[in-house]
Amino acid sequence: MSEEVKVFGAWGSPFSRRVELALRLKGVQYEYIEEDIFNNKSPLLLKYNPVHKKVPVLLHNGKPIAESLVILEYIEETWKSNPILPEDPYDKAMARFWAKFLDDKCLPALWKAGWSPENEREKAVEEACECLKTLEGALNGKRFFGGATVGLVDIAANFIAHWLGIIQEATGHELLSAEKFPHLFKWTDEFVSCSIVKESLPPRDKLLAFFKDRIAGAMDAPTEASK
Amino acid sequence: MVEVEIAKSMAEEVKLFKTWSTPFGLRVVWALKLKGIPYEAIDEDLSNKSALLLQYNPVYKKVPVLVHNGKPISESLVILEYIDETWKQNPLLPQDPLEKARERFWAKFNDEKLLQSIWGVFAKEGKEREEAMAASMENLKFVEEELKGKKFFGGEKIGLADITFGWLANLICVFEEVTGLKMIDERFPLLLAWIQEFSQHPIIKDAGPPHDKLVIKYQALYEKFHPAK
Repeated sequence: MSEEVKVFGAWGSPFSRRVELALRLKGVQYEYIEEDIFNNKSPLLLKYNPVHKKVPVLLHNGKPIAESLVILEYIEETWKSNPILPEDPYDKAMARFWAKFLDDKCLPALWKAGWSPENEREKAVEEACECLKTLEGALNGKRFFGGATVGLVDIAANFIAHWLGIIQEATGHELLSAEKFPHLFKWTDEFVSCSIVKESLPPRDKLLAFFKDRIAGAMDAPTEASK
Repeated sequence: MVEVEIAKSMAEEVKLFKTWSTPFGLRVVWALKLKGIPYEAIDEDLSNKSALLLQYNPVYKKVPVLVHNGKPISESLVILEYIDETWKQNPLLPQDPLEKARERFWAKFNDEKLLQSIWGVFAKEGKEREEAMAASMENLKFVEEELKGKKFFGGEKIGLADITFGWLANLICVFEEVTGLKMIDERFPLLLAWIQEFSQHPIIKDAGPPHDKLVIKYQALYEKFHPAK
Protein backbone atom coordinates (compact mmCIF):
# COMPACT_ATOMS: atom_id res chain seq x y z
CA MET A 1 0.00 0.00 0.00
CA SER A 2 1.51 3.29 -1.00
CA GLU A 3 1.88 5.68 1.84
CA GLU A 4 1.07 9.33 1.51
CA VAL A 5 2.88 11.39 4.11
CA LYS A 6 2.75 15.19 4.11
CA VAL A 7 4.05 17.72 6.60
CA PHE A 8 2.59 21.22 6.83
CA GLY A 9 5.30 23.30 8.45
CA ALA A 10 7.14 26.59 8.62
CA TRP A 11 10.84 26.86 7.83
CA GLY A 12 11.72 28.55 11.12
CA SER A 13 9.42 26.62 13.43
CA PRO A 14 11.17 24.28 15.88
CA PHE A 15 7.87 22.43 16.26
CA SER A 16 7.47 21.50 12.61
CA ARG A 17 11.21 20.71 12.41
CA ARG A 18 10.67 18.17 15.21
CA VAL A 19 8.24 16.28 13.02
CA GLU A 20 10.56 16.37 10.01
CA LEU A 21 13.45 15.12 12.13
CA ALA A 22 11.46 12.16 13.46
CA LEU A 23 10.38 11.16 9.94
CA ARG A 24 13.95 11.43 8.65
CA LEU A 25 15.32 9.43 11.56
CA LYS A 26 12.93 6.65 10.61
CA GLY A 27 13.62 6.92 6.89
CA VAL A 28 10.05 7.92 6.04
CA GLN A 29 9.55 9.78 2.76
CA TYR A 30 7.29 12.77 2.98
CA GLU A 31 6.13 15.78 1.04
CA TYR A 32 6.76 19.10 2.75
CA ILE A 33 4.39 22.03 2.40
CA GLU A 34 5.68 25.40 3.57
CA GLU A 35 3.06 27.57 5.24
CA ASP A 36 3.19 31.32 5.56
CA ILE A 37 2.18 31.26 9.19
CA PHE A 38 2.46 34.97 9.88
CA ASN A 39 0.50 36.36 6.98
CA ASN A 40 -1.39 33.81 4.96
CA LYS A 41 -2.25 30.34 6.28
CA SER A 42 -3.52 28.04 3.56
CA PRO A 43 -7.15 26.84 3.46
CA LEU A 44 -5.81 23.29 3.68
CA LEU A 45 -4.01 24.01 6.96
CA LEU A 46 -7.14 25.58 8.42
CA LYS A 47 -9.13 22.56 7.27
CA TYR A 48 -6.69 20.05 8.74
CA ASN A 49 -6.18 21.89 12.03
CA PRO A 50 -9.37 23.85 12.66
CA VAL A 51 -8.89 23.81 16.44
CA HIS A 52 -5.46 25.42 16.66
CA LYS A 53 -4.88 26.63 13.07
CA LYS A 54 -1.17 25.99 13.51
CA VAL A 55 1.75 24.08 12.11
CA PRO A 56 2.89 21.38 12.24
CA VAL A 57 0.23 19.10 10.84
CA LEU A 58 1.10 15.60 9.69
CA LEU A 59 -1.14 14.17 7.02
CA HIS A 60 -0.95 10.39 6.69
CA ASN A 61 -3.07 8.81 3.98
CA GLY A 62 -5.37 11.80 4.14
CA LYS A 63 -5.77 11.78 7.93
CA PRO A 64 -4.44 14.83 9.79
CA ILE A 65 -2.69 14.86 13.15
CA ALA A 66 -1.80 18.08 14.96
CA GLU A 67 0.36 19.06 17.99
CA SER A 68 4.01 18.16 17.57
CA LEU A 69 4.35 15.84 20.59
CA VAL A 70 1.17 14.00 19.60
CA ILE A 71 2.56 13.69 16.08
CA LEU A 72 5.89 12.35 17.37
CA GLU A 73 4.11 9.60 19.32
CA TYR A 74 2.04 8.78 16.22
CA ILE A 75 5.19 8.54 14.10
CA GLU A 76 6.80 6.28 16.71
CA GLU A 77 3.83 3.93 16.74
CA THR A 78 3.39 3.85 12.97
CA TRP A 79 6.97 3.43 11.75
CA LYS A 80 8.87 1.01 13.94
CA SER A 81 12.46 1.47 12.76
CA ASN A 82 14.88 3.52 14.89
CA PRO A 83 12.62 3.90 17.91
CA ILE A 84 12.62 7.28 19.65
CA LEU A 85 10.99 6.02 22.83
CA PRO A 86 12.25 3.29 25.17
CA GLU A 87 10.34 0.01 25.60
CA ASP A 88 10.07 0.07 29.37
CA PRO A 89 6.91 1.88 30.56
CA TYR A 90 8.76 3.74 33.34
CA ASP A 91 11.53 4.96 31.05
CA LYS A 92 8.86 5.94 28.54
CA ALA A 93 7.05 7.89 31.25
CA MET A 94 10.28 9.73 32.09
CA ALA A 95 10.78 10.65 28.42
CA ARG A 96 7.21 11.95 28.17
CA PHE A 97 7.69 13.89 31.42
CA TRP A 98 10.75 15.68 30.09
CA ALA A 99 9.22 16.38 26.70
CA LYS A 100 6.24 17.93 28.48
CA PHE A 101 8.55 19.90 30.76
CA LEU A 102 10.23 21.35 27.70
CA ASP A 103 6.96 22.50 26.19
CA ASP A 104 5.13 23.54 29.35
CA LYS A 105 7.95 25.26 31.23
CA CYS A 106 11.32 25.38 29.56
CA LEU A 107 10.64 26.74 26.08
CA PRO A 108 8.23 29.45 27.27
CA ALA A 109 10.77 30.52 29.92
CA LEU A 110 13.62 30.63 27.41
CA TRP A 111 11.54 32.54 24.90
CA LYS A 112 10.45 35.04 27.53
CA ALA A 113 14.01 35.52 28.75
CA GLY A 114 15.18 36.14 25.21
CA TRP A 115 12.66 38.88 24.50
CA SER A 116 11.93 40.43 27.89
CA PRO A 117 12.03 44.19 28.23
CA GLU A 118 14.84 45.46 30.44
CA ASN A 119 12.80 45.76 33.61
CA GLU A 120 11.53 42.19 33.46
CA ARG A 121 14.70 40.58 32.24
CA GLU A 122 16.32 39.63 35.54
CA LYS A 123 13.39 37.54 36.73
CA ALA A 124 12.86 35.98 33.31
CA VAL A 125 16.51 35.00 33.06
CA GLU A 126 16.40 33.50 36.55
CA GLU A 127 13.45 31.31 35.61
CA ALA A 128 15.06 30.30 32.33
CA CYS A 129 18.27 29.31 34.10
CA GLU A 130 16.30 27.23 36.60
CA CYS A 131 14.88 25.29 33.67
CA LEU A 132 18.29 24.83 32.07
CA LYS A 133 19.66 23.64 35.39
CA THR A 134 16.86 21.10 35.65
CA LEU A 135 17.59 19.85 32.14
CA GLU A 136 21.29 19.63 32.93
CA GLY A 137 20.33 17.34 35.80
CA ALA A 138 18.02 15.29 33.61
CA LEU A 139 20.77 14.72 31.06
CA ASN A 140 22.80 13.21 33.88
CA GLY A 141 26.03 12.94 31.92
CA LYS A 142 24.45 10.96 29.08
CA ARG A 143 25.35 11.65 25.49
CA PHE A 144 21.71 12.22 24.55
CA PHE A 145 18.55 12.48 26.65
CA GLY A 146 17.58 9.26 24.87
CA GLY A 147 20.82 7.57 26.00
CA ALA A 148 23.14 6.40 23.27
CA THR A 149 20.89 7.62 20.46
CA VAL A 150 18.64 10.58 19.76
CA GLY A 151 15.19 10.12 21.28
CA LEU A 152 11.91 11.94 21.86
CA VAL A 153 13.35 14.34 24.44
CA ASP A 154 16.32 15.27 22.25
CA ILE A 155 13.97 15.97 19.36
CA ALA A 156 11.71 18.03 21.64
CA ALA A 157 14.73 19.97 22.88
CA ASN A 158 15.75 21.00 19.35
CA PHE A 159 15.00 24.63 20.17
CA ILE A 160 17.74 24.62 22.77
CA ALA A 161 20.29 23.07 20.45
CA HIS A 162 19.82 25.48 17.56
CA TRP A 163 17.37 28.35 17.99
CA LEU A 164 18.53 29.42 21.46
CA GLY A 165 22.11 30.09 20.41
CA ILE A 166 20.93 32.16 17.45
CA ILE A 167 18.57 34.21 19.62
CA GLN A 168 21.43 34.76 22.05
CA GLU A 169 23.56 36.10 19.22
CA ALA A 170 20.76 38.35 17.96
CA THR A 171 19.93 39.80 21.38
CA GLY A 172 23.43 39.79 22.85
CA HIS A 173 22.16 38.05 26.00
CA GLU A 174 23.60 34.69 26.93
CA LEU A 175 21.58 32.04 28.72
CA LEU A 176 23.19 28.72 27.88
CA SER A 177 26.95 28.77 28.41
CA ALA A 178 29.51 26.02 28.67
CA GLU A 179 30.54 27.34 32.08
CA LYS A 180 27.09 27.30 33.62
CA PHE A 181 25.66 24.19 31.97
CA PRO A 182 28.56 22.07 30.69
CA HIS A 183 26.64 18.86 29.95
CA LEU A 184 23.74 20.60 28.25
CA PHE A 185 26.13 22.73 26.24
CA LYS A 186 28.01 19.63 25.10
CA TRP A 187 24.68 18.00 24.25
CA THR A 188 23.81 20.84 21.87
CA ASP A 189 27.00 20.04 19.98
CA GLU A 190 26.39 16.30 19.92
CA PHE A 191 22.83 16.85 18.73
CA VAL A 192 23.49 19.23 15.86
CA SER A 193 26.51 17.20 14.75
CA CYS A 194 24.32 14.23 13.86
CA SER A 195 24.05 14.34 10.07
CA ILE A 196 20.32 13.65 10.02
CA VAL A 197 19.71 16.39 12.58
CA LYS A 198 21.93 18.83 10.70
CA GLU A 199 19.94 18.29 7.50
CA SER A 200 16.70 18.99 9.34
CA LEU A 201 17.64 22.36 10.86
CA PRO A 202 16.82 25.74 9.35
CA PRO A 203 19.83 27.68 8.02
CA ARG A 204 21.57 29.61 10.76
CA ASP A 205 22.06 32.84 8.85
CA LYS A 206 18.45 32.94 7.71
CA LEU A 207 17.24 32.47 11.30
CA LEU A 208 19.68 35.05 12.62
CA ALA A 209 18.48 37.58 10.04
CA PHE A 210 14.89 36.78 10.98
CA PHE A 211 15.49 37.43 14.69
CA LYS A 212 17.54 40.54 14.04
CA ASP A 213 14.67 41.88 11.95
CA ARG A 214 12.25 41.33 14.80
CA ILE A 215 14.49 43.24 17.19
CA ALA A 216 15.08 46.04 14.70
CA GLY A 217 11.34 46.28 14.08
CA ALA A 218 10.96 46.58 17.89
CA MET A 219 7.91 44.36 17.63
CA ASP A 220 6.38 42.44 20.51
CA ALA A 221 7.71 38.88 20.84
CA PRO A 222 6.33 37.01 17.81
CA THR A 223 3.04 35.32 18.51
CA GLU A 224 3.38 31.57 18.60
CA ALA A 225 1.92 30.70 15.25
CA SER A 226 3.24 27.18 15.50
CA LYS A 227 3.26 24.58 18.19
CA MET B 1 -6.30 -1.16 54.90
CA VAL B 2 -7.30 -4.31 52.99
CA GLU B 3 -6.21 -2.72 49.72
CA VAL B 4 -2.72 -2.19 51.13
CA GLU B 5 -2.52 -5.85 52.22
CA ILE B 6 -3.50 -7.10 48.80
CA ALA B 7 -1.07 -4.74 47.09
CA LYS B 8 1.77 -5.94 49.31
CA SER B 9 0.95 -9.58 48.75
CA MET B 10 1.10 -9.00 45.00
CA ALA B 11 4.56 -7.49 45.52
CA GLU B 12 3.19 -4.42 43.80
CA GLU B 13 3.24 -1.22 45.70
CA VAL B 14 1.11 1.56 44.28
CA LYS B 15 0.82 4.87 46.08
CA LEU B 16 -0.94 8.00 44.93
CA PHE B 17 -0.09 11.40 46.36
CA LYS B 18 -2.98 13.80 45.80
CA THR B 19 -5.29 16.15 47.66
CA TRP B 20 -8.94 15.57 48.56
CA SER B 21 -10.07 18.02 45.86
CA THR B 22 -7.56 17.98 43.00
CA PRO B 23 -9.23 17.08 39.71
CA PHE B 24 -5.84 15.97 38.38
CA GLY B 25 -5.46 13.45 41.18
CA LEU B 26 -9.04 12.32 40.66
CA ARG B 27 -8.15 11.37 37.07
CA VAL B 28 -5.58 8.96 38.37
CA VAL B 29 -8.05 7.57 40.94
CA TRP B 30 -10.53 6.90 38.12
CA ALA B 31 -7.89 5.15 36.02
CA LEU B 32 -6.74 2.95 38.90
CA LYS B 33 -10.35 2.05 39.75
CA LEU B 34 -11.26 1.34 36.12
CA LYS B 35 -8.43 -1.17 36.00
CA GLY B 36 -9.10 -2.55 39.48
CA ILE B 37 -5.63 -1.66 40.78
CA PRO B 38 -5.32 -1.50 44.55
CA TYR B 39 -3.44 1.54 45.80
CA GLU B 40 -2.71 3.59 48.87
CA ALA B 41 -3.92 7.20 48.72
CA ILE B 42 -1.97 9.90 50.52
CA ASP B 43 -3.79 13.21 50.76
CA GLU B 44 -1.39 16.13 50.97
CA ASP B 45 -1.83 19.50 52.58
CA LEU B 46 -0.47 21.81 49.89
CA SER B 47 0.30 24.55 52.41
CA ASN B 48 2.56 22.04 54.14
CA LYS B 49 3.90 19.63 51.55
CA SER B 50 5.39 16.42 52.84
CA ALA B 51 9.10 15.72 52.48
CA LEU B 52 8.17 12.63 50.47
CA LEU B 53 6.20 14.63 47.92
CA LEU B 54 9.07 17.07 47.45
CA GLN B 55 11.43 14.14 47.05
CA TYR B 56 9.19 12.41 44.50
CA ASN B 57 8.38 15.52 42.46
CA PRO B 58 11.27 17.93 42.81
CA VAL B 59 10.63 19.60 39.46
CA TYR B 60 7.04 20.74 40.03
CA LYS B 61 6.46 19.96 43.74
CA LYS B 62 2.83 19.16 42.85
CA VAL B 63 0.24 16.45 43.07
CA PRO B 64 -0.61 14.00 41.72
CA VAL B 65 2.39 11.72 41.95
CA LEU B 66 2.07 8.00 41.38
CA VAL B 67 4.71 5.86 43.05
CA HIS B 68 4.96 2.32 41.69
CA ASN B 69 7.33 -0.01 43.50
CA GLY B 70 9.18 3.02 44.81
CA LYS B 71 9.52 4.80 41.45
CA PRO B 72 7.68 8.14 41.10
CA ILE B 73 5.83 9.48 38.08
CA SER B 74 4.43 13.02 37.89
CA GLU B 75 2.07 14.90 35.56
CA SER B 76 -1.37 13.36 35.38
CA LEU B 77 -1.41 12.65 31.63
CA VAL B 78 2.01 10.98 31.85
CA ILE B 79 0.73 8.95 34.80
CA LEU B 80 -2.40 7.87 32.90
CA GLU B 81 -0.34 6.59 29.97
CA TYR B 82 2.00 4.79 32.36
CA ILE B 83 -0.95 3.10 34.07
CA ASP B 84 -2.37 2.05 30.72
CA GLU B 85 0.92 0.52 29.60
CA THR B 86 1.63 -1.23 32.89
CA TRP B 87 -1.80 -2.74 33.58
CA LYS B 88 -3.36 -3.98 30.36
CA GLN B 89 -6.93 -4.70 31.46
CA ASN B 90 -9.68 -2.22 30.49
CA PRO B 91 -7.46 -0.16 28.20
CA LEU B 92 -7.75 3.62 28.32
CA LEU B 93 -6.29 4.05 24.86
CA PRO B 94 -7.26 2.26 21.66
CA GLN B 95 -4.79 0.16 19.67
CA ASP B 96 -4.94 2.16 16.45
CA PRO B 97 -2.26 4.89 16.35
CA LEU B 98 -4.58 7.43 14.72
CA GLU B 99 -7.29 6.92 17.33
CA LYS B 100 -4.64 7.10 20.04
CA ALA B 101 -3.44 10.39 18.57
CA ARG B 102 -6.98 11.70 18.65
CA GLU B 103 -7.36 10.90 22.36
CA ARG B 104 -4.02 12.51 23.17
CA PHE B 105 -4.90 15.60 21.12
CA TRP B 106 -8.13 16.15 23.03
CA ALA B 107 -6.56 15.44 26.42
CA LYS B 108 -4.00 18.12 25.60
CA PHE B 109 -6.72 20.48 24.40
CA ASN B 110 -8.51 20.16 27.70
CA ASP B 111 -5.42 20.86 29.78
CA GLU B 112 -3.93 23.61 27.65
CA LYS B 113 -6.98 25.41 26.32
CA LEU B 114 -10.37 24.52 27.83
CA LEU B 115 -9.33 24.40 31.46
CA GLN B 116 -7.39 27.66 31.15
CA SER B 117 -10.27 29.53 29.58
CA ILE B 118 -12.86 28.35 32.09
CA TRP B 119 -10.50 29.08 34.95
CA GLY B 120 -10.18 32.57 33.50
CA VAL B 121 -13.93 33.02 33.81
CA PHE B 122 -13.74 31.94 37.42
CA ALA B 123 -10.68 33.89 38.49
CA LYS B 124 -10.61 37.06 36.38
CA GLU B 125 -12.61 40.26 36.30
CA GLY B 126 -13.79 42.80 33.76
CA LYS B 127 -12.42 42.61 30.23
CA GLU B 128 -10.17 39.61 30.99
CA ARG B 129 -13.20 37.68 32.21
CA GLU B 130 -15.19 38.57 29.09
CA GLU B 131 -12.37 37.34 26.90
CA ALA B 132 -12.10 34.15 28.93
CA MET B 133 -15.84 33.58 28.52
CA ALA B 134 -15.64 34.03 24.77
CA ALA B 135 -12.69 31.65 24.57
CA SER B 136 -14.49 29.13 26.76
CA MET B 137 -17.51 29.14 24.47
CA GLU B 138 -15.27 28.62 21.43
CA ASN B 139 -13.48 25.78 23.17
CA LEU B 140 -16.69 24.12 24.35
CA LYS B 141 -17.99 24.24 20.78
CA PHE B 142 -14.97 22.28 19.58
CA VAL B 143 -15.52 19.70 22.30
CA GLU B 144 -19.23 19.43 21.46
CA GLU B 145 -18.29 18.83 17.81
CA GLU B 146 -15.92 16.04 18.80
CA LEU B 147 -18.71 14.19 20.61
CA LYS B 148 -20.84 13.83 17.44
CA GLY B 149 -21.98 10.25 17.00
CA LYS B 150 -20.25 9.07 20.16
CA LYS B 151 -21.38 8.08 23.61
CA PHE B 152 -17.97 8.80 25.12
CA PHE B 153 -14.90 10.52 23.64
CA GLY B 154 -13.45 7.02 23.57
CA GLY B 155 -16.45 5.66 21.66
CA GLU B 156 -18.46 3.03 23.47
CA LYS B 157 -16.23 3.01 26.54
CA ILE B 158 -14.52 5.58 28.74
CA GLY B 159 -10.97 6.36 27.69
CA LEU B 160 -8.12 8.76 28.30
CA ALA B 161 -9.91 11.78 26.85
CA ASP B 162 -13.06 11.11 28.92
CA ILE B 163 -11.01 10.89 32.09
CA THR B 164 -9.25 14.13 31.19
CA PHE B 165 -12.52 15.95 30.46
CA GLY B 166 -14.02 14.31 33.54
CA TRP B 167 -13.72 17.45 35.66
CA LEU B 168 -16.55 18.89 33.56
CA ALA B 169 -18.80 16.30 35.14
CA ASN B 170 -18.21 17.18 38.77
CA LEU B 171 -16.56 20.61 38.88
CA ILE B 172 -18.35 22.75 36.28
CA CYS B 173 -21.57 22.61 38.30
CA VAL B 174 -19.58 23.87 41.29
CA PHE B 175 -18.17 26.75 39.23
CA GLU B 176 -21.60 27.58 37.89
CA GLU B 177 -23.12 27.55 41.36
CA VAL B 178 -20.39 29.74 42.85
CA THR B 179 -20.14 32.25 39.96
CA GLY B 180 -23.82 32.29 39.05
CA LEU B 181 -22.70 31.89 35.42
CA LYS B 182 -24.08 29.08 33.29
CA MET B 183 -21.44 27.73 30.97
CA ILE B 184 -22.63 24.36 29.70
CA ASP B 185 -26.22 25.02 28.70
CA GLU B 186 -28.64 23.83 26.02
CA ARG B 187 -26.22 25.03 23.36
CA PHE B 188 -24.16 21.95 24.21
CA PRO B 189 -26.61 19.02 24.21
CA LEU B 190 -23.98 16.37 23.47
CA LEU B 191 -21.76 17.60 26.27
CA LEU B 192 -24.71 17.61 28.68
CA ALA B 193 -25.55 14.03 27.65
CA TRP B 194 -21.91 13.01 28.07
CA ILE B 195 -21.80 14.55 31.55
CA GLN B 196 -24.82 12.40 32.48
CA GLU B 197 -23.31 9.20 31.07
CA PHE B 198 -19.91 9.83 32.58
CA SER B 199 -21.21 10.77 36.04
CA GLN B 200 -23.44 7.70 36.18
CA HIS B 201 -20.67 5.27 35.30
CA PRO B 202 -20.30 2.88 38.27
CA ILE B 203 -16.59 3.64 38.71
CA ILE B 204 -17.01 7.41 38.46
CA LYS B 205 -20.19 7.75 40.45
CA ASP B 206 -19.00 7.85 44.04
CA ALA B 207 -15.30 8.26 43.50
CA GLY B 208 -15.10 12.02 43.72
CA PRO B 209 -15.07 14.50 46.57
CA PRO B 210 -18.47 15.58 47.97
CA HIS B 211 -20.17 18.36 46.04
CA ASP B 212 -20.93 20.47 49.12
CA LYS B 213 -17.35 20.42 50.28
CA LEU B 214 -16.22 21.53 46.81
CA VAL B 215 -18.71 24.40 46.80
CA ILE B 216 -17.37 25.66 50.14
CA LYS B 217 -13.81 25.48 48.90
CA TYR B 218 -14.44 27.23 45.59
CA GLN B 219 -16.73 29.80 47.17
CA ALA B 220 -13.86 30.82 49.46
CA LEU B 221 -11.47 30.93 46.50
CA TYR B 222 -13.92 32.97 44.45
CA GLU B 223 -14.23 35.55 47.21
CA LYS B 224 -10.46 35.88 47.24
CA PHE B 225 -10.43 36.59 43.51
CA HIS B 226 -13.40 38.93 43.68
CA PRO B 227 -13.23 40.79 46.99
CA ALA B 228 -16.45 42.58 47.86
CA LYS B 229 -16.09 46.25 47.06
